[in-house]
Amino acid sequence: MLGALATALILVNLYTDWLDPVRERLSSLAAPFYWITGTPSRVGDWAGEQLRTREELVEENSRLKHQVMLLEQQAQLLAAVRAENTQLKELMNSAESVDERVLVAQVIGVSPDPLEHVLIIDKGRSDGVRQGTAIMDASGLLGQVIEAGDFSSRVLLITDANHALPVQVLRNSVRAVAEGTGDLYRLKLRHLANTSDIREGDLLLSSGLGGRFPAGYPVGEVISVKRDPGRAFADVDVQPRGLMNRSRFVLAVLSETLTDGQN
Amino acid sequence: MDAHNRWFILFTFVVALLLAVMPLPANWLWFRPAFCALLVIFWTTRMPQELGVGFAWIAGLAEDLVTGSTLGAHALALAVLAYFSLLTYRRTRAFNPGQQLMWVFVLVGINQLLGNWVHSLAGKTVPGLTFLWPALTTALLWPLVTPWLHRMATSLRIR
Repeated sequence: MLGALATALILVNLYTDWLDPVRERLSSLAAPFYWITGTPSRVGDWAGEQLRTREELVEENSRLKHQVMLLEQQAQLLAAVRAENTQLKELMNSAESVDERVLVAQVIGVSPDPLEHVLIIDKGRSDGVRQGTAIMDASGLLGQVIEAGDFSSRVLLITDANHALPVQVLRNSVRAVAEGTGDLYRLKLRHLANTSDIREGDLLLSSGLGGRFPAGYPVGEVISVKRDPGRAFADVDVQPRGLMNRSRFVLAVLSETLTDGQN
Repeated sequence: MDAHNRWFILFTFVVALLLAVMPLPANWLWFRPAFCALLVIFWTTRMPQELGVGFAWIAGLAEDLVTGSTLGAHALALAVLAYFSLLTYRRTRAFNPGQQLMWVFVLVGINQLLGNWVHSLAGKTVPGLTFLWPALTTALLWPLVTPWLHRMATSLRIR
């Protein structure tokens, strides 16, 4: 009886999305477990912060000040470029301004299943995170939210074997689909013709096609292109930019127009 | 004294769930013992009259929720595990430690097999027989954990 019930539950869960709302509600119960098991590493971090010498802090402070100066200078340029960009878009009548708000979230756990690349973060519905919200770190795109609970959510990384996202080469805007491989340091480009113009070192950005990810965020860098004349498609390996297994703090990109379109 | 101290059973499962989601280095993930399965075997063998398949089913559902796996995957696996464990609890009690260890390996192996079946339904393929590693680690953990659990259960007079 119970076996049949469990089997039915599994099938419903796998092949329909009826149970998704239930899961999202109940995931709040799971978050404390991840929070508790994450405590030792948090204590370690805290101790590392507290037990630093004055010299180290002074040095870090001056380094950060320099960095802020550089970034501010770039931001000034960016403002001008953005204004120009809006103006040009208006001229072309293609103005679609996406209002993006960014939220800092902390990674409180990783999925215990070695077959899936899933992070648990400490922001959920109450902070505006929804299913499909893009997650990134300082260096690139990490993944998207697959389950948004009230106060925590589960994030599927772009390297998960079940994940794929539309990308674009920065150099020449060639479009492709980057698929996860189950390896944290590698993505693959699917169905990219042998003749397409792509080479090692090309930077891939999210293209925004499909409406799930915001456009223009760095995804990865092409590390090898193998062209076999006997096969229709090139074999392209990509190294993701985001630090998949090292980011402690991540950014949730809450783009209003995109989420409105989806939900 | 009967209904007393049942919280200890719940407590062991909470600890098992914590261990089940504890962060581990990536290469060690394959060897993480199936703590909940171990507890289901232990408690059904110790208290077969009180704890049944339904109890294991609920424990499995809790594990599904906490680990975020397909709902029902662990519920099914642990319910089947409890069923086999209940069928054989007399023998399990009479086994010497070595035999117990082997039998736990077989039981948890069945548990892992069902879990792997659900995984493959979800489209995740496991290389070779790696999914059986937890059965081995759980079996090796059995002689280390059960004496302590028995002592606690006896001193708390859980019945």
